[in-house]
Amino acid sequence: MSLSASSIKVGDTHSAVVVDNLSRTQIVQYAGASGDYNPLHTDEIYATKVAGFPSVFAHGMLTMGLTARLLTDWVGDGRLLSLGSRFERQVWPGDTLTATATVETIEESGDGPVVQLSVQTVNQAGDRVLSGTATARLDP
Amino acid sequence: MADYPFPVEAGHILLFARSVGDPNPIYADAAYAAGTEVGGIIAPPTFVQASAQFNPDYPLRPRIGAPWFGSGREPTGLVPPAPSSSGGSSSGGGRGGGGVGLHAEQHFEYHRPVRPGDVLTPTTAPGKSWERTGRSGLLQFSESVTEYRDANGELVVTARSVGVLTTRPAPQDDAKGEGQ
Repeated sequence: MSLSASSIKVGDTHSAVVVDNLSRTQIVQYAGASGDYNPLHTDEIYATKVAGFPSVFAHGMLTMGLTARLLTDWVGDGRLLSLGSRFERQVWPGDTLTATATVETIEESGDGPVVQLSVQTVNQAGDRVLSGTATARLDP
Repeated sequence: MADYPFPVEAGHILLFARSVGDPNPIYADAAYAAGTEVGGIIAPPTFVQASAQFNPDYPLRPRIGAPWFGSGREPTGLVPPAPSSSGGSSSGGGRGGGGVGLHAEQHFEYHRPVRPGDVLTPTTAPGKSWERTGRSGLLQFSESVTEYRDANGELVVTARSVGVLTTRPAPQDDAKGEGQ
């Protein structure tokens, strides 16, 4: 099922918890799947003793991947036209992230209606870890 | 960086979807996917980042027989590779020059869904670079744009990546707002 333009209006929001109590293991799982084995994300000794961080932390692209699920679950599979993210804060093991998409515009295109969404993902403290935008093709 | 083929495989899509916590059967169940609008398994929106797996020059993957800057029992003391603009795959290279290389922004434009069986060729070109002073000192930003084209030369995904190199390590949360 894909989202239809007639079912939404500017200002509507859609929100979901996209990860609850992020585990170090999931960060490692993402490293293995993505191929990004930067020890900042996977090696506690390196991240703390060498790089000086409080612990390992998630790849920005893991946060973006978690956030993308909110959008594809809402607009439908294969409907995204663009997705952009700015990584604003680090995401640490144990974090719980909530992503929210807000309808900014709905415009007609030659290929049907297109929605522009603003996206933000916050941690359990309410601090924003990701901000972004997305566009998607809608049903009429 | 030389071009390299990025073969898109169903098993890789399954593992990637699991790693981003997405149970959508469109990424795993061919029979389900056949009955949907897209007509078959597709890749999740951020999947092309996993082209790093196939990039022979990707600096953030241990090489067989080569020293690796991550720790064993203790830190190795090896210097991480300098962040490269090996686009579609940069999360920063570590601590070149005493700073930390981090991923600041990522943008994708989708021209069609990525599907198992596609053999994509990523081609990366450097973009703009700029500097500003942040909470932890001088920040050097650099952009790269990667085009993923299919075997027919058609554009499938365009990716724009922005990396940031800090000039000194972030002791606590100082890198906040400066990428990751």
